Amino acid sequence: MICTALTVAAAEVDLNQYFAGLNIIVALTIAVFKASCVVLFFMHAKYSPGRTQLVIVASVFWLAIMLFMTMSDYLTRRWI
Amino acid sequence: MPREHYLNATYGIRSWLLTTDHKRIALLYLISVTFFFFVGGTFATMIRIHLLTPKGLLVTPETYNKLFTMHGVAMIFFFLIPSIPAVLGNFLLPIMIGAKDLAFPKINLLSWYIYLLGGSFVLYSFSTGGLDTGWTFYTPLSSVYSNSAVTPAVLGVFINGFSSILTGLNFIVTVHTMRAPGMTWFRLPLFVWSQYATSIIFILGTPVIAITLLLAGLERMFHLGFFNPQLGGDPILFQHLFWFYSHPAVYIMILPAMGVISEIIPTFARKPIFGYSFIAGSSIAIAVIGFFVWAHHMFLTGESTYAALTFSLLSYLVAIPSAVKVFNWTSTLYKGSISYDTPMLYALGFIGLFLIGGLTGLFLACLGLDIHLHDTYFVIAHFHYIMVGGAVMGYVGGLHYWWPKITGKLYPEFLARIAAIILFLGFNLTFFPQFILGYLGMPRRYASYPPEFQVLNVMSTAGASILALGYLLPMIYLTWSMRYGEVAGPNPWPGTGLEWQTPSPPPTENFDVTPEVTWEPYDYDNRPDLGLETKGAPSLAHGDD
Amino acid sequence: MHRTGELFGQYKTLEQQRETASLGMWIFLSTEVLFFGGLFMTYTLNRSTYPDVFSEASKTIRLSLGAINTVVLIASSLTMALSVWASQAGKKKLLPVFLIATLILGCVFLGIKGVEYHDKYVEHHIPGWNFSFEPSSDVATNAHTQLFFSLYFGMTGLHALHMIVGAGLLIWLIKESLRGRFTPEYNTPVENIGLYWHFVDIVWIFLFPLLYLIDRH
Repeated sequence: MICTALTVAAAEVDLNQYFAGLNIIVALTIAVFKASCVVLFFMHAKYSPGRTQLVIVASVFWLAIMLFMTMSDYLTRRWI
Repeated sequence: MPREHYLNATYGIRSWLLTTDHKRIALLYLISVTFFFFVGGTFATMIRIHLLTPKGLLVTPETYNKLFTMHGVAMIFFFLIPSIPAVLGNFLLPIMIGAKDLAFPKINLLSWYIYLLGGSFVLYSFSTGGLDTGWTFYTPLSSVYSNSAVTPAVLGVFINGFSSILTGLNFIVTVHTMRAPGMTWFRLPLFVWSQYATSIIFILGTPVIAITLLLAGLERMFHLGFFNPQLGGDPILFQHLFWFYSHPAVYIMILPAMGVISEIIPTFARKPIFGYSFIAGSSIAIAVIGFFVWAHHMFLTGESTYAALTFSLLSYLVAIPSAVKVFNWTSTLYKGSISYDTPMLYALGFIGLFLIGGLTGLFLACLGLDIHLHDTYFVIAHFHYIMVGGAVMGYVGGLHYWWPKITGKLYPEFLARIAAIILFLGFNLTFFPQFILGYLGMPRRYASYPPEFQVLNVMSTAGASILALGYLLPMIYLTWSMRYGEVAGPNPWPGTGLEWQTPSPPPTENFDVTPEVTWEPYDYDNRPDLGLETKGAPSLAHGDD
Repeated sequence: MHRTGELFGQYKTLEQQRETASLGMWIFLSTEVLFFGGLFMTYTLNRSTYPDVFSEASKTIRLSLGAINTVVLIASSLTMALSVWASQAGKKKLLPVFLIATLILGCVFLGIKGVEYHDKYVEHHIPGWNFSFEPSSDVATNAHTQLFFSLYFGMTGLHALHMIVGAGLLIWLIKESLRGRFTPEYNTPVENIGLYWHFVDIVWIFLFPLLYLIDRH
């Protein structure tokens, strides 16, 4: 749990040096890791019944649908 | 001494306005959604009268914009979306699973008050300048340029969304945690499956329109730029976000009606439903796949060709589970012992009209055809076939089917059958000509049209007057029956669900003793307690459980 | 209001009542995911359309404050988790301590946010309110940077609103825990409000890199 506080610090220090588009990927990966720790351990998702875990997975999946499919419109407009 | 039940258990206005009994809340919703049905219906009447002549008979074009907008907002958000879930779902869900109430009864009551609050804001908007943006609130018209009362309307719809969310939450939790012993998932009535699927959409879709309308409202109030091209924003983003909810919303409107039909057909064909697990699974499939198709409303916005292709293909896919249901209903009818009671008439009408509406959806999902048909009366006819010919007929049929349970009285059967036929004929006369009008190119949302379209428009208006009669009649005789109708027993049809095992009307706690379920759903052959002649020897396995 | 551990009319066991409440809170949180999700969608599109503008604008919000806030909020999640543990273990004296710690950390967060918002006000970076932006290098127009700030205020504002609600819930929890209301058999409000608090933390965990950590070099 203390390590999550450390990851915060690590996040900003490192990212000050990256240039390329990797920046956002690294930052978001760290964020996902932190969020997963919170969900699994603080929120006891690891020890919760299957249907709770299904609710969590479903909401993330639905958010992903919205982001992915909408951006796929914008990003493929130049293709044809 | 009259028996005590939920209607007479306590008296006084406070016992109704502060009730936590799901059955009373259902009736509170019944009154409110009927009120909004009248509001939306009034605007529809004005539209149809206006369109009797090519130049428009009644109002200016600016006012006409307000008429169709307010018709849409009232009907979609305040009538169709709550109708079956909040009235029939609230009343029946706990009883059908053998529970005493929903999981969160106070939240149930809260959701009704939230509905009223949202409705008040919208009514305020209607009466202080109206709303002319279309029910779709496209930006930047709604967020920047419109001079109508957009902000209160958007606020009202936003608030109303929470009513839906709380209802959906309540239903999902209830189905998971409050089922009676022996009521396994695959013994649930199909109406419960359809409510569960609908609730998934409530939970995952409604928040998105909430935030979208909030952003549009904020943009209007503070001149922000999310959706305004002049400030670098993107109106298409609004459309993506809007339709992400609003397409699944149409499945919110139809899935419960399909659930009603799945209850009515086995009862009046006196046969188990064909393919129970397929119908249950297709409800979930429609709810899920329905979230992947939204941009078929945006084919003509300049979205990318690849996106258009994907959404078109997925839209064809989502038709498959609906077709599965239609096949299963029809197979249930085959070799059934069919009686043409009023609920069955509505169910049969539903199947035919939903079929037409659904198939015409496929026309629209085809990219090439949509170029010609988009924003024409073809689209209007398509969705009215599904929403009115489908959802509303399911709602009215369901009201008839469960009326004896809700009120303890029977409605006048002969008059009811006539009304059903009037409704069916009026509906088709109203909306079938609109398919032709759309095909011939008449645009939607226009206050005038070329003179060669007048005959079809007049037919449509004539049909609308017959349709109105078809709605008025049940409102009158159902109300009449509450006082003067014949007393109904617990199981007048008879039906096989748990709801028919309690008295009509039910006591406040639904069941005097918690039921234990040992039979499969719709199993007419093995229910000697229903007092029917069984076809073959009863199976020994049941009853020994 | 029901008394501690009392069964509501429609439930059969305390276990059922507890499971139900928990599932209800998780489903509510999933609606919140989609609610914030719309904002994240708007952000994603606008950032991919105007990457340079976003980068410039992001430089004017203070990374140090954002970082401190992140640590503060994660710490408050820790104290919240500890209070849930305390309620489960029957540590009735310790429970209010952790809850109060969580509340204090939450208020620190909101205080720092207030400082940040004040900075923005002073620099005329609030959209629709005397907005003017002098970029540090040659970048796009006023209007596009307004988009960043609209999103900044929109997303952090909605988040702060949720925190204020959370703080209110914590105050209620503290009051009730001081009355000794929560026992190992009945600590459902502590758990469920804890879930809500953690969720608000998770939203910030994503907001921080997206708003503060855009290409700083």
